[in-house]
Amino acid sequence: MITKIAWKNIWFKPLNTALSIILLTASVAIITLLILLDEQFEKKFNSNIDGIDMVLGAQGSPLQLILSSVYQVDAPTGNIDYAEAKTWMHSPMVKSAIPLAFGDNYLGYRIVGTTPEYLTKYGAALNEGKVFDKNFEVVVGSAIAQKLGVKVGDKFFGSHGDAAEGELHEDHAYHVTGIAAPTGKVVDNLILCNVPSVWAMHDHGEEGHGESAEGGDYHEHEGHNHEAVANGEAHGHEGHDHDAHAESEEHHDHEEVISEEGKEITAVLIQFRGKMGFITWPRLVAQNTKMQAASPAREINRLFTLFGIGLDALQYLAYGIMLISGISIFIALYNTLKERKYEFALLRVNGASRLQLLLLVLIESLLLCITGFVFGTIVGRVALSLISGSSESEFKISFNPLEFVWEKEGYLLGLTIFVGILAAVIPAVKAYSLNISKTLANA
Amino acid sequence: MISTQNIRFAYGKGAQFNFPDITAQAGQSLLITGGSGRGKTTLLHILGGLLRPQSGQVLIDGTDLASLSENKLDRFRGSNIGLVLQQAYFVSSLNVLENVVLASWLATGKQATDKAKQLLQELDLTDHLHKLPSQLSIGQQQRVSIARALINQPKLLLADEPTSSLDDENAFRVADMLSHLAKQYGSALVIVTHDQRLKDRFPNQTSL
Repeated sequence: MITKIAWKNIWFKPLNTALSIILLTASVAIITLLILLDEQFEKKFNSNIDGIDMVLGAQGSPLQLILSSVYQVDAPTGNIDYAEAKTWMHSPMVKSAIPLAFGDNYLGYRIVGTTPEYLTKYGAALNEGKVFDKNFEVVVGSAIAQKLGVKVGDKFFGSHGDAAEGELHEDHAYHVTGIAAPTGKVVDNLILCNVPSVWAMHDHGEEGHGESAEGGDYHEHEGHNHEAVANGEAHGHEGHDHDAHAESEEHHDHEEVISEEGKEITAVLIQFRGKMGFITWPRLVAQNTKMQAASPAREINRLFTLFGIGLDALQYLAYGIMLISGISIFIALYNTLKERKYEFALLRVNGASRLQLLLLVLIESLLLCITGFVFGTIVGRVALSLISGSSESEFKISFNPLEFVWEKEGYLLGLTIFVGILAAVIPAVKAYSLNISKTLANA
Repeated sequence: MISTQNIRFAYGKGAQFNFPDITAQAGQSLLITGGSGRGKTTLLHILGGLLRPQSGQVLIDGTDLASLSENKLDRFRGSNIGLVLQQAYFVSSLNVLENVVLASWLATGKQATDKAKQLLQELDLTDHLHKLPSQLSIGQQQRVSIARALINQPKLLLADEPTSSLDDENAFRVADMLSHLAKQYGSALVIVTHDQRLKDRFPNQTSL
């Protein structure tokens, strides 16, 4: 009954109530959004660097290298020489090394030349079909397959570069052999093929360009190519098996064979066996080559620190708004106290105890706060789903608005209730200590 | 039903009031008259347990108000004393019916909705059950406050200038309803007033 009166009371002054609730909703929404973003952003970012200790790539901004080669959001820093990269990939410190070669996109989705290991690294099993094997065979990420309705057996042409409007490579069509299972990681938004596909595409497409000076008439060079592979083999055995295998199969099929010599890739994802590589590689690579080795964990940390300032500022703003909403509730309660003291006196005359009046004021404030909290939680999630929509198309990162971070949101609820109690204390005590006789006598 | 003995009261060091002893039985009406500043409202508040006298005794239905703690007094007042004030106050966000029902809930913990409807009907307010109190005329408001004062069948019904802001027609109507319903519900009715019109209506009078 007290709650019912409180509820009716707060809606009796709809403007005051709306102001308080809007302020509370705003602050709770911002904080909820930050909590969810913080939680999911970090999770998303960190899940993508699992098992990647170091990224080998062209010199430039290490952050850019990480963003481009791990998260697939930025432009690559440049290309590195495959032969040179191989000597590092076969270092005894390295547990696994996955080459990445960028070149094309399909409707804005990157086509990445790599090895099937890349799929394993991100835990992406195949939903359908099989892993790419021959040139121009591709595995399509689950999100792309869903959005574009790509099926196994489809063929498409890639466009050059990162932009969907890039020059179309019409000489070779990509052939979809598999669809990856969803992982919630970057793989979902990539089209994967083997590295030679990327080379072949560009040998053809950019005839006469510096990169493909030799590749222009690669048919003549088939023999030469063998030598190049043999040279490559000298560097390590892992590479040998794989390359030789691919090579022989390509011979069988009488497909074009691409020379590795002078070929370039974009980056290599490295996983070390021990800890030594973490310390020594950045320096060794920088001293001995024109490449750089960047640690994703460190760069992402740096990125978060940069972000952090903005997020902190937003958080302070939200707490500021919450303070203001607390003050607004206080003023609303305090102002109406003057006209409501007769009402309170009357309730006392009718048998209400002091405590019941105290509760009435307290409950009114709490109702406002809880309503604000509920709205804020909802608005925060709506905002997140909007952000998720735009971030997905821009950065290939999506957020789940229905996730609940119970602990932090619990704290937030606690804080909201605390604000409500604080705002009600003075008005409630005034109601509690009201002198009924005096109030009624002076009427 | 109500009797007082040697009640004295003073506001600070100012005026000192010595009130005459009064008694009223169940169903009886007593009019207390007196000019401004004679302590009419003060006496009414003392009778209603809103003020504690400096000395003297107020017995309502055999209970000495002075013996009750603050909390018990609240509850006793809720269930045994009905109060009609010069100006009617309401919980402005609740409608007429809810205001009356609220009084029953505060006193007994139960919502006597049917009884409230019946009372309001007797007071000719059936058409206004779901209006807000602020939408009623002063006379209608005063009648709602009578309904509210009677909902718990109090032993004592106190009225402080119940008619002074009403025109003749409404004043007599309210006076009639008060005495009629007090009799019907077996309440002792005590009215303090300086309203000349009531002096002719209630024969049993005490002057301050």
